[in-house]
This record gives sequence, structure tokens and C-alpha cells, in this order.
Amino acid sequence: MLRFILSKLLYLIPTFLGITMIAFGFVRVLPGDPVLLMAGERGITPERHAELSHQLGFDRPIWEQYLDFLGRLLQGDLGNSLVTKKPVLTEFLALFPATIELGLVAIVIATMVGIPVGVIAAIKRGSWFDQVSMTAALVGFSMPIFWWGLLLIILFSGILQWTPVSGRISLLYYFPQVTGFMLIDSLLSGQKGAFLSALSHLILPSVVLATIPLAVIARQTRSAMLEVMGEDYVRTARAKGLPSSRVVGVHALRNAMIPVVTTIGLQIGVLMAGAILTETIFSWPGIGKWMIDSISRRDYPVVQSGLLLIAGVVMLVNLAVDLTYGLINPRIRHK
Amino acid sequence: MNAFSRGLLAASVLALGAAAPAMAKTFVYCSEGSPEGFDPVPYTAGTTFDASAHPIYNRLVEFKKGTTEVEPGLAESWEVSEDGLEYTFHLRKGVKFHSNDKFTPTRDFNADDVIFSYDRQGNAENPWHQYLAGISYEYYSAMEMASLISSMEKIDDYTVKFTLSRPEAPFMANIAMPFASIVSKEYADTLEAAGTREDLNNLPIGTGPFKFVAYQKDAVIRYQKNADYWGTAPMIDDLVFAITPDAAVRLQKLKAGECHLMPYPAPADLEAIKADPNLKLDEQAGLNVGYLAYNTTVAPFDNPKVRKALNMAINKDAIVDAVFQGAAVAAKNPIPPTMWSYNDSIQDDPYDPEAAKAMLEAEGVSDLSMKIWAMPVQRPYMPNARRTAELMQEDFAKVGVNVEIVSYEWGEYLKKSTEVNRDGAVILGWTGDNGDPDNFLAVLLSCAAAGEGGSNRAQWCNEDFSALISQAKQTSDPAERTRLYEEAQVIFKDQAPWATIAHSTQYVPMAKNVEGFMMSPLGDFTFETVDLVE
Repeated sequence: MLRFILSKLLYLIPTFLGITMIAFGFVRVLPGDPVLLMAGERGITPERHAELSHQLGFDRPIWEQYLDFLGRLLQGDLGNSLVTKKPVLTEFLALFPATIELGLVAIVIATMVGIPVGVIAAIKRGSWFDQVSMTAALVGFSMPIFWWGLLLIILFSGILQWTPVSGRISLLYYFPQVTGFMLIDSLLSGQKGAFLSALSHLILPSVVLATIPLAVIARQTRSAMLEVMGEDYVRTARAKGLPSSRVVGVHALRNAMIPVVTTIGLQIGVLMAGAILTETIFSWPGIGKWMIDSISRRDYPVVQSGLLLIAGVVMLVNLAVDLTYGLINPRIRHK
Repeated sequence: MNAFSRGLLAASVLALGAAAPAMAKTFVYCSEGSPEGFDPVPYTAGTTFDASAHPIYNRLVEFKKGTTEVEPGLAESWEVSEDGLEYTFHLRKGVKFHSNDKFTPTRDFNADDVIFSYDRQGNAENPWHQYLAGISYEYYSAMEMASLISSMEKIDDYTVKFTLSRPEAPFMANIAMPFASIVSKEYADTLEAAGTREDLNNLPIGTGPFKFVAYQKDAVIRYQKNADYWGTAPMIDDLVFAITPDAAVRLQKLKAGECHLMPYPAPADLEAIKADPNLKLDEQAGLNVGYLAYNTTVAPFDNPKVRKALNMAINKDAIVDAVFQGAAVAAKNPIPPTMWSYNDSIQDDPYDPEAAKAMLEAEGVSDLSMKIWAMPVQRPYMPNARRTAELMQEDFAKVGVNVEIVSYEWGEYLKKSTEVNRDGAVILGWTGDNGDPDNFLAVLLSCAAAGEGGSNRAQWCNEDFSALISQAKQTSDPAERTRLYEEAQVIFKDQAPWATIAHSTQYVPMAKNVEGFMMSPLGDFTFETVDLVE
């Protein structure tokens, strides 16, 4: 198992190096120049432009800038935002817990709902439940997140007034951040009602963010289950006279889970993409919105280091998924 | 009782337990974006100034609320020498800086703070000049303060003398701008000693009506009333900015009682806001202009009569209706009607395609093809440049001019549009910084602003116009300045370097129980005068 983990870790190094190049190159191939954007309508004289570009190091050859970026990276320096002038890592750490909290709750919703729905749809193949749930999954999968989020806000926050419109907690609660996770911090604060307020603020954004992964997980579970249910060992289990719950729950589901776990792992990337829109609609102070703002301002250090940090997290999640396979399926870890 | 009031009650009950003031008035503003930082000096965004310069700081002089008139701020009075070169400011006594966990002021505001606040921007030798990585002082530079202020002198603790290198009438308006906010020298020294200089930007200390409490990035900013404020203390106890980037969501929050006031409603929502019995809508003509700038160095646009003919082909009212949804007034001058020296006696070019066509023919222009540049972004002065360009395309087709619409990424657009031999007319605009006509006419239309990288997108250099503008800039008599600017506008209209499009109207929706909010012609959002009534 240790060798398995080490070999996986070793793979990360070239991947990470590749990502540094992509992250560095991505924002620079986009047309546009941060200095010009800072100047706005007023314009900027060529002299002043050259002066600022020099000050920011943009006048140096691109490979030199890249090596400089790598060098600083090795020293743990991710650079400073051109806009806020603050260290990128500080900003990332301030915003990341909000994205994690939202993403975790969304993935829990997607998994807790998606897997049972997929299993039932597979067992009752062709039934009305199967048809309705799979149609809903198709609709959910094609849902434009921005529109979906606004629709839910108008219905549940505007008309029904069941949920708050946006934000992470009612503004009436004020306590210092300890972990950055509002659910935990609200409990730690000891303020009555704070936890419930934080929870109520999480409902709509996490449902919106969970929609696409939920649809994907439900469909994947259904097809994996259908495949496994036709296997010989399932038939054998049935022939042995095992109760149906045991056949489905132990023999079929455990094996069907392998592609589903892969899917869940891959949804982390989808969650990141969805987080950008979800965070914007729900005024959720996470890294999705931060990245979008930085891209539109061509804030090079934030975009390159931010992408790197996000990619690092996604890589770690994928590593965890790989390791989970090893746990679910012994054949994989011995390969 | 709506959800928010119920929450307030609950909070008041809670507050009793927490020994906080029970009946605290909390005002929530659903702001549209995050501040870049809290030191107002290195930044240029209005959103940043609303969160830093306006609540937390003061300047030597201030814009009188709701106007662009300059009134005493931290300077109680001032004298200007005969030659217009020496400004002596008499500072207000007994003004207290805020305090926080790291800093308690031991002295009142004085001349050292004034000199420090300017010197750190203009003097590269000042140890605070580069206190943040990559910091620059774009407004200080754009307003040419470095070349303008030749010296600053502390006469005594409460008297400072600025000596200028040339007479400059807009100087007083310039130093009322956010970049001229006064920070505490003593606080800077304390941070320097503690090795935490960046806190000048993170944990701001000023003299303004509100004290900074906390900022949770991209989410919430909290302020508290400054009970020791030298001016009229705010009526609300706590001010909260709930950062809400999407206009539709801001409106939902306002309706749900989660905030009391919001900026920048979507034009399509205005009718619904007006119809809502729980909301009210303030409106004011914006201090802005949207325009189409011809390249006056390229034939046939170097001929004023051709430009004039094209201007007559544009149906501005249709643009105001379709693009601005009526929330604008058609523009005839380069400065907005709310600005002093606006020349209302000027007649706009009539919309007359037939006459325009005849004029073009008379100038020997036929089968003309041109480009119109449409900005890729929405700005307060131009909600939809692409749509505007399309309407102009239709209008120009009626007079036999073929239009191709082009666009570039915003940064590229800003850059390429300043190129001297640019092909095509550019849609762009301007929002005033300080209410001085010089801030429009010199910045956008003077000879000095023409050339690559300049903000004179028409590349229009008219000696008579520029002479009037620079004469006005050096004249301190307001009546004389008005006369000069009025005359300059006549030249502008006659020469038609732009097609002036519109001055957009600004709307501020708020809850019915908000009182005392004053819209700023400069587009600032300030809350020291607001109150919540039952």
C-alpha cells in the first residue's frame, strides 16, 4: 500500500510542473494588459506605461518571468495581487474555507441523494420512478446555474421567504473567524441562533451547486448498478437465496461504487466551475468569484497562483480518490 | 414586521445578554463590489472610495454633500495668494483620529499628518512611498500633483502652506478627491515600529464619520459610528456593507429587508422598484457623458462639416430609449447639464438624415465606409455599446454611410483607441472625478491629451479651444472661468470632434424607512446623513 501511495505521489510532480506552466501561460495569452485596465478611460502615456510595467516586472522576457515565478514558488512566495497588493496566499486562505464548506455540503447532498436515486432507478428499471428521476437528472444536468440560482432565490427567498437571499450568515451575528467554516465558527461563537442562520444561508447555494453533480452521480450509479446486476456473481448470490437487500447492498452496490467514486472525484472539478457562478449569485465569498474578478482585471499573480492552488487541491482530491479505490478494490492496489 | 425587523428584535434581545447597546441602529448597504484595500490613496475605483475614503477619512476640503462645491474639511479656512501660487490652510483643532486594538492616538490631527499624506505619494524618497508591493499613485499622478506642488511647508502645528509651480484653479477640487485623504502620521510611525506597515491598508485609521471595525473579504465590511467626529456625528450606530455583486440579487435582498439601500439597479427593474410600496427610488442626473469620438486626423473625418453631417444622422432619442431605457438625457455638450458652466444656449444638431446626406454630398463624400468601435463592457455612461453601435449603423446607412462594428477586449480597446492613426470612431465615455469642467474638457479634448496613450480619443487639437481651457485653468474668478468654458463649448459644438450621445441618470433604490440619504453627483455613496425611521 505504501508503494502504491508513493508511486501516486511521484506522478504528482510532473503534473504540478505542467500546471505551473499552464497557469502562468493562461492569463498571459489572453489579450489585455493589467496596467491599461488600471488606467481605465483616462488612458496612460507610453512613458508611464513603461514605468509601471517595469516596476511590475512585465517588461522582462517571458521565460525570465516564469523562472522567477517558479523560484519564488519554491520559497513559498505566491506573489502579491496587482489590485489589492496583498499576498495571494493570504487572500486564498481567507476565501478558501467558504468554497470548501459550500462544495462539501453540495457534494454530500449530491452523493446522499444521487446514489440512492440511482440505485432505486436501477432496481426498478422502467418504472415511473426511473423515468421521472432520470428525466429530472437530464434537466438538472443541463440547467444553466445562473438562471437556476436566481429562480430559487425569487421563489424561496422572495415569494415564500423561507430562506435568506444571499451571504453566509445574517449580518446581525458578528464574531471573529476561527476556522473560516461558518457552520463551525457559528457553533464556536456560542451565539444563539447563529448556527441555524449559517445553515439556512447554505441551503440554496449548496442545492444549486449540487444540481449538476447530483444528476451525473444519479445517472452514473444507475448505469453502473444495471451493469453489475447482470454479472454472474450477482446471479449466483441470488441463486444462493440471499435476501434481495443483501444482494443489492453488498454484492452489487460495492462493485458498482468504483465508477461512481471516480465520478464523484471528477465532480470536484465541476464543483469548482459551478462555484464561480454560484458564488457570484449568492454573494458567497469564495475563490470562484475571486478568480473570475482577477481574470477580468488580468491580475496575473492572483490568476497564476490561484489556479495553481486550486489545481493542487483538485490533485489531492484525485489522489484521495485513487487511494479510495485501493480500499474498495484490492486488485487496484496490487497492480 | 418583516424578516429583518424580526431579526433586529432578536438581535436586540441577544444584545442585552452581550451587554451591547440594545437599540443600536444598523444600516445595511448592499454594495456592488469589494474594496481593493482601505488606504484610499493607491486605488482608483469608486467602490473602494465608498468603503474607505468616504466613511473613514477626511480631506483638507470636502465636497459639500449632494454637490460638487468645495467646503471646509480638515482645513477650517484657507488663503490663496494674489498670483494663485500659494495656498495657506488653517487646520481644524481638536480633531481626533480613530483608535483600534493596535493604536490609540496620543495627539490630535495636525500639520504633520497633512504633509505626510501628500509626501508619501509624491516623494519617492519617503519611506512609505513603496510600503505595499507594486504600489503606485495613479490619481496623484493623473492629477499632475507631483509637478504641481513644488513645496509644502509646516508653518506651525495648525498651518500648512502649499506652493504651486503654476496657477491651477481646479486645485481645490482636486484636493477634495479621495486620493487626498489625510492619514495619521502617528499611526504610520506606530506600524513602522511594529513592522506591520501593511496594516495602514488593512486596519485603517482616519478622522471620518465612521470607524472601521472589520472586513471579511468579498463578504462584509463593518463600521461603527465615530462618536468623537468633528462634524455632525452620524445618526446610525453601525454601518454594514453586504457585498452583493449581482444587481438582481441586490434587489431581492432589498425587497427581503436584508439591506436598506443598493447601488446600480438594472434598468429593466426600475419600473418594478417604482411600483413596490416598500421601496423608494432616488434619481439624479449623472456627472457623465457617453460619446462617439471620430478620429479627426484621418480623412474625411478631419473635415468638421463631415463630422457635423454624421452627427445630424444620429437619432439620439432612439438611443436614449432603446439603450438607456429612458434613463438618460440626450447630450449636446461634452459636459453634463448638472455641471457649472454648462452652456445651455447651444443648440443641438437636429436629427435630419436628409440634410445630413446633402451635407455629405456637398463635401464630396460618397460611398463612405467607416468603423464604429463598440466597447465590450458596460459602464455607467454606456449600458450597451454594441446596441448603440447597431443603432448608429442603421442611422448612417440612411445617409449612405456603410458601418462596420468592431470590438476588442477592454484593455486592448482602451489602448488601441488612443492610437493616433486609429481606423474608426470610438464609443466611450467619462465620469467626472471632481465636478470641475476642467476634469472633462482638458482631460478629454485638450491638445495635451491627444496623442498615443492620451485620453483625447478624437485626437482633436484645436488651438483656440485649448487656449481657452488652459486660460480657465489659471483663472481663479469663477465667473470668468464660466465664461471661458462656455465659449469653449461653442467651439466644440462647431467643430464636432464627437457625437455626444447621452448623460445617463443614476438611480438609488432604498427601503421606505431610509431618510437623509443624499445622492452625490460624483456617484459616491456616503452614509453619515442617513437615518432609519419607523
